[in-house]
Amino acid sequence: MKLMTCPINGPRAISEFVCAGEVRAMPDPATSSDAAWADYVFNRNAVPAVKQEWWCHTPSGVWFIAERDTSTDTIHRTYLYQPGCLLQPERAA
Amino acid sequence: MFTRHERLKPSYDVVIIGAGGHGLAAAYYLARDHGIRDVAILEKGYLGGGNTGRNTTIIRSNYLTPEGVQFYDESVRLWQDLSQDFDLNLFYSTRGHFTLAHTDAAMRTMRWRAEVNKHFGVASEAVDSQAVRAAIPMMDMTCGGHAPVVGALYHAPGAIARHDAVAWGYGRGADQRGAEIHQNTEVVAIELEDQGSGARVAGVITNRGRIATRKVLCAVAGFTPRLLAMVGLRSPIYIHPLQAMVSEPIKPWLDPIIVSASLHVYVSQSARGELVMGASLDPYELHSTRSTLDFAESLAAHMLDLFPFLSDVKVNRQWAGLADMTPDFAPIMGLTPVRGFYLDSGWGTWGFKATPVCGKTMSYTVAKDADHPLIKGFTFDRFARYALTAEKGAASVGH
Repeated sequence: MKLMTCPINGPRAISEFVCAGEVRAMPDPATSSDAAWADYVFNRNAVPAVKQEWWCHTPSGVWFIAERDTSTDTIHRTYLYQPGCLLQPERAA
Repeated sequence: MFTRHERLKPSYDVVIIGAGGHGLAAAYYLARDHGIRDVAILEKGYLGGGNTGRNTTIIRSNYLTPEGVQFYDESVRLWQDLSQDFDLNLFYSTRGHFTLAHTDAAMRTMRWRAEVNKHFGVASEAVDSQAVRAAIPMMDMTCGGHAPVVGALYHAPGAIARHDAVAWGYGRGADQRGAEIHQNTEVVAIELEDQGSGARVAGVITNRGRIATRKVLCAVAGFTPRLLAMVGLRSPIYIHPLQAMVSEPIKPWLDPIIVSASLHVYVSQSARGELVMGASLDPYELHSTRSTLDFAESLAAHMLDLFPFLSDVKVNRQWAGLADMTPDFAPIMGLTPVRGFYLDSGWGTWGFKATPVCGKTMSYTVAKDADHPLIKGFTFDRFARYALTAEKGAASVGH
């Protein structure tokens, strides 16, 4: 059984988790152009790499970030969100 | 069956990336219908070794959107003559296709699909549970008591075919007309001239040398984002594995193709007697064709809900392919912002049935440098225009 480590609950079966996709920086919806907003809404970086992704441990509702290699499915690290933890910098509000 | 080419030529009129059904079909129709024979098809693995050889071979046109129904209907028409066209037996077998509804909400979608289909002359109808029982008497209509079948969408033209032969037929036809198939030839870069908005294709760098060309058709699955990165484009495509499995061969008992969206099952019985089974996508992004026990367990459990008497039947093989998923479950085809770079992509879990019509429409698009009318709902720029082609209700079981 494949395991993932929840930062709160420890190692659990992967079936207890859902992936919400790669971490992406949201442009300011008030000032963003339509093209930049469409890029944010639809486009993805689907080249295999070690990526930061949002994951949720559904039985407990814990949202956290996993660093996972999307070519081998190796989970390198999991941790709770903290300001400054994102590899892709958050855009200014 | 195929000509061996020792080396690449320094230039071709058209380079096609990917010797699967789609790429080979495009080469075939480029030569046959448009007289363009100076074509190289580059394949990093072997012919038909990607999703052409990994799907569950179901052919149907009972889609939901007008764009989808017309496109797949043309494909089914092409399929029906293909064995004669190739002089090669594709084992094309019209079986009828039942999409089971287990809830009133699902039944409403079936009626919707039936009405759209009939409007475009496609033979689909919503049928009640008695009709399903009469057609598939060996099925447990209560599905173990927890998902009773209330009706179905019946699509008489639903068919299966021998998938490898499709690649061989198109490949041989293209080869005989002068196109060159180069296996074990990986594209490592695509050369552009005039970067930015005026960018256009100048050549392709492979592990066997450089080719000069003005036109590149990208007809791969699973690797589309990597090829798009070579020309500096971003797209909504993301990659999930799709798994499937077959049982040991058993006596023929299942004539129609059975699909249940609620139970995440599709199944047909092949000419060899194997049950060919598939389910929904793996739940998260992964660029690997590994198989999982989770998949086999859950698919087997749902198969037993439908057909409890199969409990002693063994699973023979299990495998996976890489699916190019899109947000609206429709493909991404045609021209791109890079001139001379054409896409036949985003074929997710629904690409095999479209093989002939993709070859037809993409050969037209490449030859005339203009989108074929049938693919106008599937263009690369539809996302920037927020004009999606919402096909999720009919394209997959994972909803």
